[in-house]
Amino acid sequence: MSETKATRTVVVTNPQGLHARPADLFVKLATRFASRVEIVKDRERVDGKSILALLTLAAAEGTKLSIEAEGPDAAEALDALAALVEHDFAENENSQL
Amino acid sequence: MQKLQGIAVSPGVVIGEAFVMDTEGFRIPRRFVAREAVDEELERLERAFVAAAEEIVGHRDAVARELGQQYGAIFEAHLQMLRDPKLRSEIEQAIRDRCYSPEYAVSRTLRRYAKVFQALESGPMAERVADIFDIEKRLLRRLVGRRREGIAHLTSPVVILAHNLTPSETVNLDRKFVRGFVTEMGGAGSHTAIVAEALEIPAVVGTGPFLSEVSGGERVIIDGDQGLVILQPDDETLDFYCRMVERHRSNALQLESLRQFPAETVDGVRIQLHGNIEFPHDVQHCLERGADGIGLYRTEFLYLGAATEPDEEAQYQAYSGVLLAMGDRPVVIRTLDLGADKLTAAQADAERNPFLGLRSIRLSLRNLPMFRTQLRAIVRASVLGNAQIMFPLISTILELRQAKMVLADVIEDLEEHGLPFRRDIKVGMMVEVPSAVVLVDRFIAEVDFLSIGSNDLIQYTLAVDRSNKDVSGLYAASDPAVLRLIDMTMKAGKQTGKPINLCGQMSGNPTYTMLLLGLGFRQLSVTPSAIPEIKRICRRLTIPQCEAVASRALTLENARDIKSYLKEELKRILPETAE
Repeated sequence: MSETKATRTVVVTNPQGLHARPADLFVKLATRFASRVEIVKDRERVDGKSILALLTLAAAEGTKLSIEAEGPDAAEALDALAALVEHDFAENENSQL
Repeated sequence: MQKLQGIAVSPGVVIGEAFVMDTEGFRIPRRFVAREAVDEELERLERAFVAAAEEIVGHRDAVARELGQQYGAIFEAHLQMLRDPKLRSEIEQAIRDRCYSPEYAVSRTLRRYAKVFQALESGPMAERVADIFDIEKRLLRRLVGRRREGIAHLTSPVVILAHNLTPSETVNLDRKFVRGFVTEMGGAGSHTAIVAEALEIPAVVGTGPFLSEVSGGERVIIDGDQGLVILQPDDETLDFYCRMVERHRSNALQLESLRQFPAETVDGVRIQLHGNIEFPHDVQHCLERGADGIGLYRTEFLYLGAATEPDEEAQYQAYSGVLLAMGDRPVVIRTLDLGADKLTAAQADAERNPFLGLRSIRLSLRNLPMFRTQLRAIVRASVLGNAQIMFPLISTILELRQAKMVLADVIEDLEEHGLPFRRDIKVGMMVEVPSAVVLVDRFIAEVDFLSIGSNDLIQYTLAVDRSNKDVSGLYAASDPAVLRLIDMTMKAGKQTGKPINLCGQMSGNPTYTMLLLGLGFRQLSVTPSAIPEIKRICRRLTIPQCEAVASRALTLENARDIKSYLKEELKRILPETAE
């Protein structure tokens, strides 16, 4: 396993923005990976595994976020998290519950 | 140190420990722990987190079962917040590095987040504040556990800081330990103001939001004279206020020495100084200051403090206590004056314009059984002393006659049952609505006395909601229109020889004493703590002097000029109060 770092930019498309429920789903997914996950919005950088930190970003619909993952499973983490955001946080819902 | 400016509603200065009255009245018992206890405290924190998480899981499952999966989702987010590694490490760090108690660390850390969310403009994010408070509450409930202290069970002196206080909260508080109030909401004349005045403790209201920065336990100064609140004062400020507290104390002692003297002007005119009271035991405040009677016994708190409507016996007991304590001095009992701002949630049917709505005597006339119960209790108690009945907020003659009819009915009923009562019980009404002044000659013909409720009279005359911060600047006792209405009422009193009293906040304000005596008042009903001060003023002046002041004041054009003129005049007779 190699230590890698990957970055991808996504746009929040769900109308309510990154509110409590999407943030919860995001954190749940992020915690499944061993890699460190960080979210960058403009100049703010927060821990992607902390729901409170994510919420402080107040990312509304249309906000550009870059997701950064660093660690053994960085690529997989990034794929999964980007997909979650791009699918309006709906994809994961069924497997979650 | 942080300074907040609010509205000064009850005078005095107090320095005390903050008791934050939100998050269900939790109180942080202590802020620091001993260094060697840190590990143990961290374990306690761990247990609180585990228990709170279990509780949330329980709620989530119950809600999901009853309402469906998607409704359980909000708890899912709460759970996630509770498990937030960043939150946890921040709290633990505060305990480890600063020796904060877990309670204080939880409260401070979460409040910092609440503040961040509060500052965010987007709508749904603001709701996160409620989530944060919810989590705080859950953790504190575990941490403080059974030691949770409500406002009704205090053990040491505190100052209450709250968003807003409901009447039932203020009624149930333990007055032995409450030394002052600060509320984010409210204005002059809000019930917090009235209660603080009755308790004779300093209060500041309408400061705007600040509670998210306070955890409880901090030192707070309330300057009820200037409307200032100072959180965690620096040494210099603290020292300044300590000296002020001392000055207040010595002034009180000086006034105390006036106790045995009557309120008599230099030219020998005796002024009747009555007290306004809320609770039966406030009578002591009046007696201690040598009040000549009770000019206004507000009865709302009988209704607000209890879960159910007070029955006749409970009311009879309350009225009897006051009457017996006052002996043959008059006690004016005002019938229920539940105002829009004092209604409990259950009764408030969301009127669009509550101050012009179903309140006070209107409410009584709509709820005849309740009204009759109150009148029966008063009339029955009347044999024990010098009881007088007063109807509030009378706006038409018909209303007054209806109220008197219900009273006559109650009396007849008592007579039939052979119960004792005082036949010559005096009946009066409040003059609070401009219509009552316009037709004062007709109203006065049907009652034994009038009492001007200046607070409402000002509000209705100037069309100002005194608890609305945006317009409260227009609310002025010294407005020329208000003075003219008071003068008109007074003239009717002189023509008929019937007594007229003034019982609003205006009467207890030294600025207006000369004016009121000059207009012809020989009776003032004031908050008990103001009796000595008003008495001191009465003993320095002559009636012709007051009459000259009143005639001049009536010619002035605006509230500000009148007020500054009156202040000037007061300064002349009472130079020591000028600072």
